[in-house]
Amino acid sequence: MPAVKATDLRFSYGARAVVDIENLTLDRGQSLAVIGPSGCGKTTFMHLLAGLLQPDAGRIDVLGSDITTLQGTTLDRFRGQSMGMVFQRLFLMPALSVRQNIALAQQLARKPADSARIDALLANLDITDLAEQKPRTLSQGQAQRVAIARALVHQPALVLADEPTSALDDDHAVQALALLRGAAQEVGAALVVVTHDQRVRGQLDREFEMAVLS
Amino acid sequence: MTWLRLAFANLSLSPLTTAVNVLLMALGTASIVLLVLAGVQTAQTMSRNAEGIDLVVGAPGSPVQLVLSAVYHADVPTGNIDFAEVQRYAEDRRVDSAIPVSLGDSYRGFRIVGTEQSYLDLYQAEVAQGRVWDASMEAVVGAAAAEATGLAVGSTFAGAHGLGEGGHEHDTSRYRVVGVLAPTGSVLDRLVVTSLESVWDLHDEDTHHEEHADEHDHDEAHGQEHDHEDEVHDHEDAAHEHDDADHGHEDDEHDHADDENEHANDHEHAEEHAEDEHAHSTDHADDEHGAAHHADDDGREEEHDEHEHHGDTGESAHDGHMHDGEDEGSSAAVDQQVTALLLTYRMPLAAMTLPREINADGSFLAAAPALEITRVLQLVGLGISALSAFAWVLVAVAALSIFAALYGSLRSRRGELAMLRCLGATRGELWLYLVAEGLIMSALGVTLGFVVGHVMMEMIGAWLASSRGVALTGWIWLPAETLLLVGLFVVGLLSAVIPAIQAYRTDVARTLAEA
Repeated sequence: MPAVKATDLRFSYGARAVVDIENLTLDRGQSLAVIGPSGCGKTTFMHLLAGLLQPDAGRIDVLGSDITTLQGTTLDRFRGQSMGMVFQRLFLMPALSVRQNIALAQQLARKPADSARIDALLANLDITDLAEQKPRTLSQGQAQRVAIARALVHQPALVLADEPTSALDDDHAVQALALLRGAAQEVGAALVVVTHDQRVRGQLDREFEMAVLS
Repeated sequence: MTWLRLAFANLSLSPLTTAVNVLLMALGTASIVLLVLAGVQTAQTMSRNAEGIDLVVGAPGSPVQLVLSAVYHADVPTGNIDFAEVQRYAEDRRVDSAIPVSLGDSYRGFRIVGTEQSYLDLYQAEVAQGRVWDASMEAVVGAAAAEATGLAVGSTFAGAHGLGEGGHEHDTSRYRVVGVLAPTGSVLDRLVVTSLESVWDLHDEDTHHEEHADEHDHDEAHGQEHDHEDEVHDHEDAAHEHDDADHGHEDDEHDHADDENEHANDHEHAEEHAEDEHAHSTDHADDEHGAAHHADDDGREEEHDEHEHHGDTGESAHDGHMHDGEDEGSSAAVDQQVTALLLTYRMPLAAMTLPREINADGSFLAAAPALEITRVLQLVGLGISALSAFAWVLVAVAALSIFAALYGSLRSRRGELAMLRCLGATRGELWLYLVAEGLIMSALGVTLGFVVGHVMMEMIGAWLASSRGVALTGWIWLPAETLLLVGLFVVGLLSAVIPAIQAYRTDVARTLAEA
């Protein structure tokens, strides 16, 4: 069973078609770079995969469940349990420590508290010594590692990352991508990175090019 | 639990804003709690003090003043009434019980009440030490009065003229304390209670004493006799002097001060016109009772009537003197007076007929404590309502402040809320998250407000107990407070509802796309 499969997926903002994908499949453990210029619908595509937007047509199967048919609390819970997300802006909870931020994702995924899992992730991402610090004390790179840990702590089947490297310099961009890919592979999650950053090219297993639809 | 912890953590990020909101809510809550505690307890205390008293019969004047003075001992009496004359109401078939009270003296600010033992039953009083009086000049002391004055069984003390502190003492006879009452939570706690005979005997002796002193003075000064025309003339003049002096009286202390001045003026006048000893005797009798009788500034006409009454009494005494050739006749007649008669009806119908009959007669004033106190409480209630409205404005300001803080933070927290949705939070949980923040601030403010309100009430109660004899405490929980708690909870909830709805409606995809 593929981690994610999009079939005949179409979405438009009014009369303007934004997404039109016939078929896209990604297995667990694989990584995919969705590349294209600004305004080509990359983020919209990611939101469709996350169930944050409802497509005009087509279906999206995540672990065999068509998320276009899920609604409300069921969809929210499914998203929390099956997916992990990383954004360009990290949106860490400022009132919580690094450890608490990661644990929050575990709780919202309705997974039992697993501090050993958190410790392992912290160690893997080399941020163990930051565990009790608040996000405001972290550098951008450190905060991004925390966001990656938060996206993976509940061992999702699908990890979605939206422009994770656009605010980083070359060294940090490559490093962040490698971290994300390695961590996703470790938990057996499929990784979809949506970006216009050309530095991502060649870094992941597959690439999917999107263009602005006429 | 996750959301409550998260809400607490988030509030700790902006401690100043949180503290201001909490304090605003606490201020409003404390004000309301204080007003509720004071208002309800005052009403309860007043009702408790008037329990078992359906009607008060006293000298004509203000009915509120009559009730306040005779039942609550919180005002000067309207005057004295002839005990024998008012007894006809005690014997009325519609009356179940009648308790006379005689006021006018005090000990260190605590009023001395001449009455019957059944007065103690009105308040279900129990004797904590000693016994109840059974002879003249024996007294029992209320719990608070005993504590404040140090009076105990076996103590003796001289009552002071007037109802406030500082009156001249009746040093010719001293009361002996034979009992100390257990606390009743009523006005009785602050009274010194004795028999009617004690009060009458004391004033009788004082009158004698002063008469002798006058006699002696006048014998020395003038050594001459005067005819009865002069006596009557003088007596009328004296009554007029009282009227004039009384019009300016505001309170008891003034009464007394003015009374003494008037007393001195009487002497001067007497010396100037060479009046005889009988005229002086009558002057003094009027003077003494005038101190207890002076009404406040309720109305000149009422006071005029009152003193006309005294004038009549004086003339009767004088007549007695003429026939008997003794002064005792005048003293006894004056002293067989009481301040009021406290009646309990035998039948409900009495409430409809008896007060009307008494008031129609014109010699006495009948006032129903329940009615008069309702009037007083309505007046007091206006003030409490105004203050309550102000306190609720404070609560509304606090609620608005909480609303503004939450709503204002929404803009900067949209991404955070969207991220929470991505992590698996439902719309309902985001609503709960925001409501929890509002409720935490409200709950902290309300809790603090309740604590402060109760502590302040206790402090004010302690002060009032020592200075005014009003029993108020902060260490109680009134049913009204439960309603208040629910009301404040609703206000706190309302302050958070709109921001919470905004959080509920967060468009995750758009928010993330715009971030």
